[in-house]
Amino acid sequence: MRALRVLIAKPGLDGHDRGAKVIARALRDAGMEVIYTGLRQTPEMVAEAALQEDVDAVGLSILSGAHLALTPRVLELMRANGQGDVPVFVGGIIPEDDATALRELGVAAVFGPGTPMADVVAAVRAAADQVGAG
Amino acid sequence: MNPEHILAGDRRALARWLTALEDERREAQEVLAALFAQTGRAQITGVTGAPGSGKSTLVAALARGWRARGQTVAILAVDPSSPFSGGAILGDRVRMQALSGDPGVFIRSMASRGALGGLAATTADLARALDAAGFDQVVIETVGAGQSEIDVARAAQTTIVIEAPGLGDDIQAIKAGILEIADLLVVTKADQPGAEATVRALRAALELESAARSAGVAPGWAVPVLTTIAPTSAGVSEVLDTLAAHQAFLRSSGAGSGREVKRLQRELELRLRQRVWQRFALGLDSDVLAEWAGRIHRREIDLESAVKSVLASTHIPEHE
Ligand SMILES: Nc1nc2c(ncn2[C@@H]2O[C@H](COP(=O)(O)OP(=O)(O)OP(=O)(O)O)[C@@H](O)[C@H]2O)c(=O)[nH]1
Ligand SMILES: [Mg+2]
Repeated sequence: MRALRVLIAKPGLDGHDRGAKVIARALRDAGMEVIYTGLRQTPEMVAEAALQEDVDAVGLSILSGAHLALTPRVLELMRANGQGDVPVFVGGIIPEDDATALRELGVAAVFGPGTPMADVVAAVRAAADQVGAG
Repeated sequence: MNPEHILAGDRRALARWLTALEDERREAQEVLAALFAQTGRAQITGVTGAPGSGKSTLVAALARGWRARGQTVAILAVDPSSPFSGGAILGDRVRMQALSGDPGVFIRSMASRGALGGLAATTADLARALDAAGFDQVVIETVGAGQSEIDVARAAQTTIVIEAPGLGDDIQAIKAGILEIADLLVVTKADQPGAEATVRALRAALELESAARSAGVAPGWAVPVLTTIAPTSAGVSEVLDTLAAHQAFLRSSGAGSGREVKRLQRELELRLRQRVWQRFALGLDSDVLAEWAGRIHRREIDLESAVKSVLASTHIPEHE
């Protein structure tokens, strides 16, 4: 069984990476290899890391409120790189209307601050496995 | 996984090939075999040192320097896998953000996947793959677990051992084995107190080392001790010059070929051992082993005699 590789990125200008680090640890404890890239990533940096690391899934932690600006750009760049099939998750404080909009754009799932870690882990594994199998 | 795409600089194809090599997939090895003649061109440098000593920051600064000199750079950054979950957090890219957006740089994070010598079992193959893909410089950053991470000397041509200040004058603090693999010592964080003392301690330890080795492992190369402040690139061009000088030394003295043959012999042995074991293991039946264990437990037979009996009775398949 091969280890799933997941990129956890923090695009945008907010300086809080606690949530991203908690998710990274939960995924590690679930046996995944988590590439963590640090704060203040541009969508270009996220897409480039996803390409070089050949990840099975991408998690974006966005607390700045700029999720509607940043997420479509990441998706677009990943598609241009031939990674349109890699599931992208968004975590943060996202109003329900925005979450719907993000899912319509192709985001696999949106996680709010209260989402249990077990649900996050299960969703990432299911989405990544589906791509790996296809 | 088309070798043509990889040679043409297709980064997605390269990234997927690296994953397949990490997962030890057969088709990935076939591509490596097809491109093996393209390897041996890159300069492969290893960087090792204790956790948090500044490896990633130095690697990023070296990469910036090589780019300014017109060379392309690939980085392999290894971090430890958790022995409990098998998962890993690979965080070396955090210090390498400034390299993003440069098509002449390729950064790949690797988990050690249970290997203990500072690299993953497949790191040498990934370095070869990046060499075949045409990068001028390939840098390997080891796990910083504070153990003797000496495997890097078996994957790189030139090994940089780094020490952050804080060592004082105490040469006992220098890990056994680590000086023997150093072609170059770098004291990082030279802006921090104690850097001078660390330089002195390393020089003293090197002197003892070379006195103890009568002829020296690499006659003709005196291991330099340099200092850097990687965030500002202070001292980095001296490191780059010294790396180039070491490569020139390896070529002109013939030591480079000698070392590579030794490295390859070791790798050949490792792979053979693994292969022989895998084939042997195919013929082993765990129920039969459990029976033997029971007999040993009842003191009907001793361990060594049981090993001989199992060896004598196990059929080793011709093929895997
Ligand atoms: N003052 C100062 N700090 C530095 C220097 N180089 C690195 N650092 C800091 O040291 C810390 C660790 O640096 P890294 O480059 O991540 O160290 P590392 O050896 O790669 O760490 P691991 O991969 O976790 O073992 C960071 O906070 C860096 O900013 C330096 O020259 N001067
Ligand atoms: Mg590091």
